[in-house]
Order: sequence, then C-alpha cells, then structure tokens
Amino acid sequence: METVSFWNRKSIQKTAGDIIAYVILSMGCIIVLFPLFWQISNSLKTLDEVYAFPPKWLPNKPMWNNYKEGLTFMPFSRFFLNSTIIVASVLLGNLLSASFVAYGFARIRARFREPLFLLVLSTMMLPYQVTMIPIYILFRKIGWIDTYKPLIVPSFFGGGAFFIFLLRQFFLTIPRELDDAAKIDGCSFLGIYWRIILPLAKPAMATVAIFTITWTWNDLLGPLIYLDSFEKYTAALGLANFTAQYGATPWHLLMAVSTIFMLPCLIIYFLAQNYFIQGIVITGLKG
Amino acid sequence: MKFLSGNRHRGLSKVLRNEELVFYLFISPWILGFILFTAYPIFSSFYLSLCNYDIINPPKFIGFRNYIKMFVDDPLFWHSLKVTFYYSGVSVPLGIIVALFLALLLNRNIRGMRWFRTAYYTPAVISGVAVGLLWAQIFNPNFGVLNYLLWELFRIQGPGWTFSEEWVIPAFIIMSLWRVGGGIVIYLAGLQGIPTELYEAAEVDGATGWIKIIKITLPLMSPIILFNLITGIISSFQVFTEAYVMTAGGPHNASLFYNLYLFLNAFRWFKMGYAASLAWILFLIILTLTLLVFRTAPKWVHYE
Repeated sequence: METVSFWNRKSIQKTAGDIIAYVILSMGCIIVLFPLFWQISNSLKTLDEVYAFPPKWLPNKPMWNNYKEGLTFMPFSRFFLNSTIIVASVLLGNLLSASFVAYGFARIRARFREPLFLLVLSTMMLPYQVTMIPIYILFRKIGWIDTYKPLIVPSFFGGGAFFIFLLRQFFLTIPRELDDAAKIDGCSFLGIYWRIILPLAKPAMATVAIFTITWTWNDLLGPLIYLDSFEKYTAALGLANFTAQYGATPWHLLMAVSTIFMLPCLIIYFLAQNYFIQGIVITGLKG
Repeated sequence: MKFLSGNRHRGLSKVLRNEELVFYLFISPWILGFILFTAYPIFSSFYLSLCNYDIINPPKFIGFRNYIKMFVDDPLFWHSLKVTFYYSGVSVPLGIIVALFLALLLNRNIRGMRWFRTAYYTPAVISGVAVGLLWAQIFNPNFGVLNYLLWELFRIQGPGWTFSEEWVIPAFIIMSLWRVGGGIVIYLAGLQGIPTELYEAAEVDGATGWIKIIKITLPLMSPIILFNLITGIISSFQVFTEAYVMTAGGPHNASLFYNLYLFLNAFRWFKMGYAASLAWILFLIILTLTLLVFRTAPKWVHYE
C-alpha cells in the first residue's frame, strides 16, 4: 500500500513537471520562431503595410511579386550564382584537403606526428584577426584582390584545423584491420585513403560539407574585404549593402531577398539535422 | 639499449622512412597552408604592429608607438573595449543559463523533444547578415513589432533599442540569446550521457528534483559549462557581422564592438599597422581571459 501511493505521487509530480516543461518550451519555441514568421510575413507585405502601426500580422494580399522585384532591382540572381560558385569551390577544397591531411594524421606512422597534430590544434586558438591583415596584404601583392581566389584557394591547404580534427577523430574509429587487409592485397596508402577510408567516412564528410556550405554561404567579412566590383558580390555582401544602394530601406524587398538567402541553409539543416548535431557534439562548436 | 634501438632502426628503416615520407606527402597541404596563412602572417602581423602602414607607401617602423597611442591617446579603443566587455559580460553568462535551463527541460524524456531541438537550433544556421536585418526591423522603435508587443502584453513603453545609445547593447544581447541553440545541443548531449543509476541512487536517498540537479547534474555538466564559457567569451569578443549590418557601430559609437573598430581601422581607414596592433591586443585579452577562467576551474569544475 505504501509503495503504491508513493509511485502515484511520483507519477503525478512527473506529469505536472512535464506540463510545466511543455509550457515553457512551447513559449520558448514561439519566441525563437516568431522572428522567422515575421520576416516571411513582411516579405509578402507592401511597404506601407510594413510601416503600418499597429503592425499587421499578415498582409492583406500576399505580394509574391516582392520576391521577383527583390531579385531584379539589384542583380541578386547574379549574386546568388556567385555565392554558389564560391561555396562549391570551397566545398571541394575542404573535403579533399581536410580528408587527405586527416588521413595522414590518423593512419600513417611518423616521428613528429603527435607534435605536428598538436600544432594543428593550437592554430584553432589563434583569433583570425591576427593573421587577417598580412594575408590581405599578401593577396593584394599578387593581384588577387577583386577575384574569388582569396576566398577559395586557402581551402585547398588543409581546409582548416576544425575539419582536420573532426575527420581524424572519425577515421580513428574505422577498424584498422580493413587497412591491413588492403595493404596485404597490395593497396598503397593513397589507395586505402581513396577506396576504403573515404567511402566509410561519408557521415563525417557530410558533416564537414554542411558546415562548409553554411559558413561559406553566410560569410560576410571575406567578400567584404576582397571584392570590389558590384557584379562579383556574393549574396551576403549584396544583402548587407542593399540599404546603401536603395536610399530609404525597402524592408519588404529586403525581407523577400533575405528569405531566399536563408532558404538553402534552412533546407540543408532540416534534411541533414543529424549531421549538424553530430558535428556540434564532436567538436563542441556552436555553429 | 642504444645499440638495440639502432639495430631496430636499421631493420625497419627503409619501410619506416618510406612511410614517413608518405606521411609528409599527405599532410603537405596543411604544412604549406600553415606556413603561408598562419606562421608567416603571425610574424608579419607583429612586425606591422610596430609600423605605420597605409598599404600604398612602404611600412615605416615606429617601434611600440601604435601600442602607446592605443593606451594613452585613443578614447575609441577604450570605448570599444568597454562596449565589448559589457556585451560579453552579460551575454555569455545569460546564454549559458538559458541554454542549460532549456536543455534540462528538453532532457525530461518528453514527447516531441526532437521537434523542440530542431526549432531551437534553427537560428544558429542563419547568417549574421540575415539575422541583423531581421532584428533591425523587429527592434525598430517606430514600426517594430517588439515595442508593440511589449505595450500590448505588458503595458511597457519600449525603449529605442538600436537607435538608443543606452539600449543598443541590450538589443544585441537579446539577439545573442535568440541564437543559444548550439549551446542547447551540446548540453543536451552531455545530459544524455549522465548515467540514470546516479539519479536512481539519489532518489533512494530521498533526493528531490532540485537537489538532484545541484548535486548530480551541475557537477557532471561543469566541464561542458567550462568549455562553453571559454568558447562563448572568445566568440563574444569577435562580434562583427551583426554589428556591421544592424548599426555600423552607432548610434554615436554605442555599439562600436572591438572587432568592428579593428575592421574599420584596417579596411576603411587603411591604418594597417594600428589594426595589427589592435589584433595582438585582442589576442592577449582572449588569452588572459581564457587563462583566468582555467585558473578558477579547479574550484568549480568537477572532473571524474
């Protein structure tokens, strides 16, 4: 009798706690998602409706034309194409070079391997501001300003310590017997890397890919520093300079373009959520 | 011993040396990248920080004058430090508390946990540019929805937010809290790694919910909190994109974050030498804060 009532009380407590948790979490959810709803709503309003006070929750008539106008009154379709070109190139660079280097650190014996790997990790501690200015001057000297090369070429040189670290950790979990068997069959290190490790590392490569895509797509500072010509702008840079071009702020168009701009990252996130989560948990990074 | 190891070396040397060569071949992209984009720039940046350099004329060596100017004769340097410390000092601890709190709620094994997690992390995948534009509009004191809601729900007359010197940093802090999703994911992973037996044992001893959180959850989560504290401090000192898009440092420099000031020096005013010295001071600040936090760690971080 004692225990039954004890469990009852406990389960009531648990249910009450769950309800409170639900209420708080749902309120948090509304707060988190509201700005996104607001953006989409504003992207479909007329400019007068955006400025209306009290604010209108939804437009009288959704102005789908804002999306067309937003893309055409500044060459945003061009900017989106530019961003896509840069993202695709950086993606190739990061995936190839980070996995190549990570394979070396995970699988090949050499005397200074551990200290060198510590060096890789220690570069993560250095804030980018310290190296940013000399790198800019270097690219300027070799005439790369106003080209995409400063944004793309560095990704082919190791792809960044984060990704080397992430991939190495994953490669270490692949059973070594697979390498040994391949070695006995006469497979070279390059062959093992290409035919055994890479195909097995697809989940980790996917994590590297989606972080590369979102970071590169969203990057403002790089394009801001290196690109001068209007027609070479990335979408992020075009969006950041949108107001400067237009004079008064056309919030309705701005929100339409901004929604299109967010879309690729949101879609990738919803489709590949687990890879995001895995990446955050492995490296402890916050996104 | 020496003889033996020498012998062993001779026996394996050919294979090992070959393997070593392959190793360096594989990591060569990183080695080149390290030399070009890390090692050389470190030295160059330090040298530049001792120079006057406007990009057009060759650098002129001026010793430590940039650093002296910064500390004695540049009110904006001190001001941007103040702005950044204020933002960091509030947004980092608040962010940790909010993320931890939400993660604890999400960890209750309730239905729909995945959906909540998805929603909470969503802001983290959106670019700083889009986030800045979005919130600039919500905060707008004339037609923004935030002040409208504050009035309708609580009868509070909202402040000028990004148009007010006093409220612009609180606005940035609110925006940073909107993006705590990454922290939630990390804490949630940590919480799910805590063995349930610990809680069961505590329940047998009569521990209630709060006691369990304080005596079990928080100590076991403390290494993760430490990690988030450090990464949070580092990223709070590097705020750039949102400030560039939303306020460009205004009004009256009230949101002139350190990193924005550094950017303006380097790429708007082309004071490359001065900007390099600002970068080194930033590095020293981050390093000092990190070491200070680590110094306090033995007092509150629980290692198994």
